Amino acid sequence: MDSFLNRYRSITVLLLAILAQLVLVAFQVKNDRDVRMIRIWTVTAVTPVARIVEALRGGGSGLIRNYVLLRDADAENRRLQAEVDRLKLENNFLKNELNMADRAKALAVFQSHTPSRTVAATVIGTGAGTNSKMVLVDRGTVSGVERGMAVVTPDGIVGKVITAYPTASAVLLITDPDFAAGVISQKGQVRGTLKGQGTPVCRVDYVPFEEKVEPGEWLYTSGDDRIFPRGFPVGVVKVVRSAQPFKEILVDPSGMERGIQDVLILVEGVHQAIPDTPPANQPVFIGAPPPADTVKLPDNPGNSPSGAPAGTEADKLRTQYKDIGEAQGHKFGEGTPGSKPPDFNLKLPGPLGAPAAPPPSKPAVPPGGAPRP
Amino acid sequence: MSYSGGHILIGSQREGQVSRFPAWVMLVVPLAAILFQVYVPLFFEFLGFLEMPLLVVVYFALMRRSQVGGLLVGAFVGLAQDSLSKNPLGMLGIVNTLVGYFAASVGLRLDVDHPLIRLLLTFFFFLFHQFFYWLMVHALLGQPLAFELQRTLVLGLLNAVVGISLFHFLDKLRKAT
Repeated sequence: MDSFLNRYRSITVLLLAILAQLVLVAFQVKNDRDVRMIRIWTVTAVTPVARIVEALRGGGSGLIRNYVLLRDADAENRRLQAEVDRLKLENNFLKNELNMADRAKALAVFQSHTPSRTVAATVIGTGAGTNSKMVLVDRGTVSGVERGMAVVTPDGIVGKVITAYPTASAVLLITDPDFAAGVISQKGQVRGTLKGQGTPVCRVDYVPFEEKVEPGEWLYTSGDDRIFPRGFPVGVVKVVRSAQPFKEILVDPSGMERGIQDVLILVEGVHQAIPDTPPANQPVFIGAPPPADTVKLPDNPGNSPSGAPAGTEADKLRTQYKDIGEAQGHKFGEGTPGSKPPDFNLKLPGPLGAPAAPPPSKPAVPPGGAPRP
Repeated sequence: MSYSGGHILIGSQREGQVSRFPAWVMLVVPLAAILFQVYVPLFFEFLGFLEMPLLVVVYFALMRRSQVGGLLVGAFVGLAQDSLSKNPLGMLGIVNTLVGYFAASVGLRLDVDHPLIRLLLTFFFFLFHQFFYWLMVHALLGQPLAFELQRTLVLGLLNAVVGISLFHFLDKLRKAT
């Protein structure tokens, strides 16, 4: 027996390892329960390192960059090149900082305005696997986060918490094929189910073909799923195709269009009304009007004989015909059918009635070219 | 480093040597590979195609030439990946266990210091990994998962190319014999 086991030791260990993991998978799938212990070990091992890396990246990147760039300071040309590179990187860094500050500001404003109670979180990692549509955030059960809570940004919904660990949580993104949420259209109040597809675009299922949904229409959470409170923006309808028995609707999710780095976890969601107008989280800058005295129109714009401001070609033609009519005492709109119309070829006096350039009196000779016999 | 250029099967005792690594390498390198996969694509999305944990499993299995060692490394790395994904624990674990076992089995017969062999093996094991994972998601979970052959082939090639460089770097961490 011993010799048998020794001979087939490797294959025996392989079979045992595979069998143990198969049992593990079967247990989880059948009972719909997770083996939290192993996950907690791994997440606890990985997230502190990820936090340290993030802190180093944020705080020490300038130091590291300067060190790297100044290492070759002896050579003048390389030093200058490094200086240019450093400035470029610094510019990039400052732009990123500004962008981050903008995002943080938007998040803070949203957090103070939304009636829901939220916890701000930062994304510290993505899920393992090349097809993963999951992220890890730095808030867990210690911060009051629980499994099933909604995750949003000021621009829209992002996903939901699928696992909450003490110091971190796993968030399933709305682009994941396993994700689903109840949505409602802004105009027609048409209800459907948003589903991820594993691509940046989501689809909405179960919208009967007779319902009216148009491209460009905004979708909001309906609150039916008991995860997302009613009234949070979801995205814009991109494509609507008629099909039986349900329409094919593709949606461009708005919550992740500017990337996800900082998110809000709704620890206590409050339903809101569906707004009448599309969300406008990005205020549009409108400059002050110019002072009245600086507005000076050109004296004679366009081809208008009366010096009226230039409009479209049709406006110019209309003004020209009106002047021609007035010059001949004709009133447009009067007179019976068949009466003599005004002469539209009449040349009116004035700067624009005159021809633009006199006709050439003799044929032009090309410069340097001999006149033909 | 000089490679045996003419033949790819193990032909001498040197080629059949078992590579040994310090304990910290066996711990830190897989952890770093998992961290890379979890953290780096956040900032460099285009690097999301890299299956660093798989490359590390293939490397250690090939170089240590121990089937049990290979499958254990694969199981631990796979379970760690599962823990950080939405998969049930064991999905990537089983796949990586098989990769570790078969890679070690191949390592017993081939000259795994040869860069061409490394390239081909990494490419093959990436395809094996992706296909077997797709098969398991279908068979065990009954979930639809697209298997795009062309994309997988291209990603396999890219991973193999990166794997060559990574293996070259990891060679420097081997214990001197």
